Amino acid sequence: MRVLPVGERALLVEASSGDEVEALHAELLRRRGQGSLSAREIVPAARTILLDGLDEPDRLASELAAAEVPPAPPRAGAVVEIPVRYDGPDLADVAAHWGVSPEEVARIHAGTEFRVAFCGFAPGFGYLTGLPPRYDVPRRATPRTAVPAGSVGLAGPYTGVYPRSSPGGWQLIGTTDTVLWDHARVPAALLSPGTRVRFTPIGSAGTA
Amino acid sequence: MTDHALAVVRAGALTTVQDRGRPGHAHLGVPHSGALDAPAAALVNRLVGNSPEAAVLETTLNGCALRPRSAVTVAVGGAPCPVTVDGRTVPWGAPVHVPAGAVLDVGSAVAGVRSYVAVSGGIAVEPVLGSRSTDLLSGLGPAPLTDGTVLPLGSPTPLHARVDVAPQPAPPSELVLRVTLGPRDDWFPPEDVRALTSRPYRVSPASNRIGLRTEGPALRRAVTGELPSEGMVLGAVQVPPDGRPVVFLADHPTTGGYPVIAVVRPTDLPAAAQAVPGTPVRFVAVRRR
Repeated sequence: MRVLPVGERALLVEASSGDEVEALHAELLRRRGQGSLSAREIVPAARTILLDGLDEPDRLASELAAAEVPPAPPRAGAVVEIPVRYDGPDLADVAAHWGVSPEEVARIHAGTEFRVAFCGFAPGFGYLTGLPPRYDVPRRATPRTAVPAGSVGLAGPYTGVYPRSSPGGWQLIGTTDTVLWDHARVPAALLSPGTRVRFTPIGSAGTA
Repeated sequence: MTDHALAVVRAGALTTVQDRGRPGHAHLGVPHSGALDAPAAALVNRLVGNSPEAAVLETTLNGCALRPRSAVTVAVGGAPCPVTVDGRTVPWGAPVHVPAGAVLDVGSAVAGVRSYVAVSGGIAVEPVLGSRSTDLLSGLGPAPLTDGTVLPLGSPTPLHARVDVAPQPAPPSELVLRVTLGPRDDWFPPEDVRALTSRPYRVSPASNRIGLRTEGPALRRAVTGELPSEGMVLGAVQVPPDGRPVVFLADHPTTGGYPVIAVVRPTDLPAAAQAVPGTPVRFVAVRRR
């Protein structure tokens, strides 16, 4: 692993794959839970984990560079089910990219177990992985100025659900009424890094 | 609503409620937020005897006017500005008594950008994830003030020692930002990394609580292509496709896909919050301590 200093109190740890990020994230959370790691923020992303608010970044950097990270423990915890109507405006474009029918897009998507790789963009927005690489799709050439809350979209290797209306360039394949973020709820975020997710089809298109 | 409240007579260009922010939630996509000039916010709290975590108001360039429904002690700091109570001039940077129903007017900044207004008891809007701060990127916390808004106040806590006067730094005529290079300085040719710390920049008027934007030499990339999204820290100097460095401030996004060429020392960021558009900016490379 490559460990890069970020300012004077943070480190960016680079992993070679999303799986390695998952394993390292689990290990870092374990250490923080035990009290052997003091970090204000542990922020996983696509290929990195940011550790911020560290007391002794240099010491941790050399320790992490040499560390053997145990494989991620088996995924535990309940699977969050998100009911989806596969009625998004880009469903036909995604079907064309995948070379299948729109109904087949819904079937493949709803047949996949996803995992929240990381969050960002907006509170409660998770980047979900699980689809095989052949189903990667590009972002839309022109982002929409307003994507409605509850839109389910695809971009690159990720699936995501917009927690609130915002501009966005993801290819929209469906809609959910599930509330992704509610700061009056505990926890406020339905999805956090590591959460397992399944989309369950509702409505006419793609009925299971 | 009780009479322990504050009515907004004039909201000003952009006035928000701010405290020390909501750290610890970056992994959920929640920005840190909080007062941009944190030392100024802490100081006005001390001037009125509030605890350091009490919420204050952060104004932008042209202040605001407030009418407390009960007598309060207030203090205005940060960007220097004229302060009046019912039209009578009162001191800036010192505790001031405002009778019930009187109008406190925080005028336009004569230097700097953001003035801070502490009110005894603190602004007591409902906290979100442990903070009352307005987060302009993600919309958490109370909306920016509008004329007619009524803000609840907390009970004054007599336990905290009050100070009567305290020195405050003058807003910068030149903004010197000490940076440590990386983590993505290797995404730029060496001469462009040198350009960052040797060529003049200016504060762009497009700056806001999310980032201090700059005008100056555009930095070219050595590595083209997309950087997978990665975690971002306060003070990160991100270089978007137009090549003009942006210094991330309190409401910055938690992850981003443009390379970070350097990171500003946090102690230099309060001055960045007070640098008016057009202020010369100099990035100075320093070693990590």
